[in-house]
Amino acid sequence: MQLQRSKWKAFYEGLIEWIIRICGISAVVFVFAIFIFVFWEGKGLLFSGNFSVWELLTSEKWDPTHEPASFGAARIILGTFSVAILAMTIAVPFSLGGAIFISEFCGARLKEILKVVIELLAAIPSVVWGFIGLTVMSIFIRDLGSNTGLSVLNGAIILALMSMPIILSISEDALKAVPDSYREAAIGLGVTRWQMVYRVLLPGAKKGLLAAVLLGMGRVVGETMAVLMATGHALNNPFDTNPPFFHALMEVKTLTATIASEMGEVERGGEHWQVLFLIGVLLFTITFAVNMTAHLVVHGVKRK
Amino acid sequence: MTRLGIIKTNGLTALVSGLLLVGCGKRDGGSEGQSSNIQNKGSDTMLQLAQAWSELYAKEFPDVRVAVSGGGSGTGIAGLINGVVDIANCSRAIKPSEMEKVKAAHGVEAKQYIMGLDCLAVYVHKDNPLEEITLDQLGQIFGEDGTITKWSDLGIEAPGGKDEIVRLSRQSNSGTYVYFKETVIPEGKSFKPGSLDMHGSKEVVELCAKTPATIGYSGMGYATDDVKMLRVAKKEGDKAFAPNNDNALSGDYPIARPLFMYTLGEPKEHVKAYLDWCLSPAGQKVVNATGYVPAP
Repeated sequence: MQLQRSKWKAFYEGLIEWIIRICGISAVVFVFAIFIFVFWEGKGLLFSGNFSVWELLTSEKWDPTHEPASFGAARIILGTFSVAILAMTIAVPFSLGGAIFISEFCGARLKEILKVVIELLAAIPSVVWGFIGLTVMSIFIRDLGSNTGLSVLNGAIILALMSMPIILSISEDALKAVPDSYREAAIGLGVTRWQMVYRVLLPGAKKGLLAAVLLGMGRVVGETMAVLMATGHALNNPFDTNPPFFHALMEVKTLTATIASEMGEVERGGEHWQVLFLIGVLLFTITFAVNMTAHLVVHGVKRK
Repeated sequence: MTRLGIIKTNGLTALVSGLLLVGCGKRDGGSEGQSSNIQNKGSDTMLQLAQAWSELYAKEFPDVRVAVSGGGSGTGIAGLINGVVDIANCSRAIKPSEMEKVKAAHGVEAKQYIMGLDCLAVYVHKDNPLEEITLDQLGQIFGEDGTITKWSDLGIEAPGGKDEIVRLSRQSNSGTYVYFKETVIPEGKSFKPGSLDMHGSKEVVELCAKTPATIGYSGMGYATDDVKMLRVAKKEGDKAFAPNNDNALSGDYPIARPLFMYTLGEPKEHVKAYLDWCLSPAGQKVVNATGYVPAP
């Protein structure tokens, strides 16, 4: 009888362990590899004399093929934020309301149906959303006074619908995570169900809800195809220092759409190619910041 | 057990080498393919034409496959520089800087063929009362710091009751964009920001047909019944000419341009055969059928 494992078996165990370990850290490696690759492609321009980050962030003139080229992405950045903020303004009340309804007010049967339908909503490909924006939504939005119907509002509605399933399902989880003893205590004190929701559950699930909103925000900022089709892709600044301060019916360009529209056609390694990669770095930084904030909100800022 | 372990490691090696291949593939691959494959890429204006050629050619010579894709003239030339296309379609002449890059990368010059002519048509909605326009007016509408922003500036009442001119332009790598900029926009200026930068010749005409207050430019081959092509005059007081075959060939239409194809130096035999066929009477018939003007 052999009690000791054979040498081969020990080696085999070790091998499997290593493979699994590699799988485990691969995500980290990929994220860093992608960031470094994107940065590497853009670094030539970043450190060259005739380019400044300040210009990229603040100049309103985006004209990468003109001689001399100007790389000012301010309007594109503002376009991205205008769509994202409006989308969140639409999506957050609906998703939080939906999450509260599903977790607290509706019956078990309806709950199952709603959850399945919401998952279906999440499964619609973004190009289909873009198509809806381009062909259906644009007709209604044109009636509101927009020139073409392709606008901040159109993109924001589409993005709101796209981010709702994410915000809703994560918020619902957060609400579900509030211990039942809280609910029992509240009801025991004689409050109504609504009072229980906004006095006990919402404060109790605050962190989870904020994380849900921020993750939805990350999705909205990073979305490409739908916004490219629905926002009209025009270099405008939708913000205004005079009333009404914000033009929701204006066509805008977003960071993602700019990369998608111009990347396929630029000459490899040229200045235009590099500036698009720098925009990629910028986009990466924004989504990273949003996700990082979400993480810190949930887990708290660790004190040393 | 032994075998399983080996398969696993092999699987991993395969995955890693696969990733490496994906990383390198784009740079070297493509043009090396089978000898009967022709990669044809570039101008969006010429896309319909190139596709029609490819389909007809496939009927006559079934052993040669011509893969056509669009994306813009800049794409085609970029593909030529990167060595992934055999023929680049281009609705503008190759830039000197691009020619240098071709030479640096491949040691040969890009060879130019004129495949046909196109009138760059100026489109408005079919209900728009405007009939003709001058190059100067176009420059003021589309150019940076241009003064014309409303239909009333042109002395007409726009259809749909909206006075603001909605400009439809193209993404910046498009040959149509570059040609329009060079011929219409005043020297040294760029486009007025805020135009809708469409991602294809066809998209310009489609949005124009749907939206009354728009003006846009695109190849004449994309005209439909829902849009109107304006007659164009060189300057105020000159006679305006409609975009058609005769006016393109006579040079009266002020924004007619040649449509080019480029190859890397002398093309390979099967590529040359294809180009010769496109320039033959049979090929030039297709040019006419897709709405362009046969090469002079």
